[in-house]
Amino acid sequence: MFQFTRIPILPEQLRHSLADPACGGYAAFEGWVRDSNEGQRVRGLEYEAFEALGVREGERIIAEAIARFGVAHAACLHRIGPLAVGELAVWVGVSAVHRDEAFRACRYIIDEVKHRLPIWKKEHYVSGDSGWVNCERCAAVPAHEVAGETVPGPHVHEHA
Amino acid sequence: MSGAAAPLLGLVLAGGRSTRMRADKAALQYGGRSQLERAMALLAPHVAHAYVSVRADQGADPLRARFAQIPDSHENLGPIAGILAAQAHHPEAAWLVLACDLPLLDEMTLAHLVRSRAPERVATAYRSSHDGLPEPLCAIWEPRSAAPLAAYLARGRQCPRRFLLGADTRLIEEPNPGALDNINTPEEYKHAMSALLPEATAGPKQVTVQYYALLREQAGRRDETLVTHARTAAELYAELARRYPFSLAPEVLRVAINTEFREWTAPLRDGDAVVFIPPVAGG
Repeated sequence: MFQFTRIPILPEQLRHSLADPACGGYAAFEGWVRDSNEGQRVRGLEYEAFEALGVREGERIIAEAIARFGVAHAACLHRIGPLAVGELAVWVGVSAVHRDEAFRACRYIIDEVKHRLPIWKKEHYVSGDSGWVNCERCAAVPAHEVAGETVPGPHVHEHA
Repeated sequence: MSGAAAPLLGLVLAGGRSTRMRADKAALQYGGRSQLERAMALLAPHVAHAYVSVRADQGADPLRARFAQIPDSHENLGPIAGILAAQAHHPEAAWLVLACDLPLLDEMTLAHLVRSRAPERVATAYRSSHDGLPEPLCAIWEPRSAAPLAAYLARGRQCPRRFLLGADTRLIEEPNPGALDNINTPEEYKHAMSALLPEATAGPKQVTVQYYALLREQAGRRDETLVTHARTAAELYAELARRYPFSLAPEVLRVAINTEFREWTAPLRDGDAVVFIPPVAGG
């Protein structure tokens, strides 16, 4: 099960949904909103998602984890909208017969979610600045790759 | 062209390092022919003789060795080195200079440039449909451009586009906008390949586009429905990037069509829903 939610995530309730008498192990991961990033003090952030594709891709990740590690149950919830420092941004839970596959499946899901899901994070800094993480720096064509002077606009020639 | 016009020679610039492509752009294949061969063939009907501009260490490269060469006499100056070397080689000639990264350049665009040549000016060049600036690498450089170009370099400047902007250049409009789109990255190469595919049609189609995150802010809207002649998602992004101040290069984006990740080269169809996906940051 993969879902987006606009309301606070309550891990205790979710944990019960994975309970299974055949399972001897349960592993969970919680991602929290941190108060700093890359040297900037963060006062809050907002998540935005392309939800239709995000749910499809999230369900694929859960199915991959179950197939790959042979766990019994797995689930992931991701918050969207505004979040304050300390809030729970993402939750992953896995139950399995033994602990080893539960840990590994849990790790797989959070790593894939971070890399594959169309979710974007805008951080608001104490300084008053804000920025879309991974988008605001290094995204434009680096000026040092342009031969000669930097020319405005996207249409740049290297020495062909 | 007046009878006093200088003879026209051709120069294909193939001395670049293709750092962003991570492969030799001159050797990229389009329709079974390398880009260098394609550029030389396009030039042939218009010039008395055509040369390849190479770095000093590229002379023995088999692809380049098939053609008459002019090696650069300066290193690390970019395209201006090739133009200066050609002018030193044949000071009496005008040079039709072509970049080697123009896979969509067509016969009509080249013929229009030659017909529009103004031999009494410093150069004749296209005005870029992207930014309105001169296109120095599909242009005719007259003999009289050599001295000011060398002086420009002596002042520590290297940008041929800026040089033409400040010089007595005749600027003409592209008869076929898009023909001068250059390629610098593997993504742009795939895009150019796809533009030459027959199944990607250039007919008008209605598509919806949804914008997220930074692209939503830069477009100033969440979604829109528009009619486009773009053949692929890559062409659609290029079209939208001319309309909106998008700061993200296509190589850092992914694209989804009808709620599935797709290749940039995927042909667009009427009714498609397109989403351009900026670098993600979940978790």
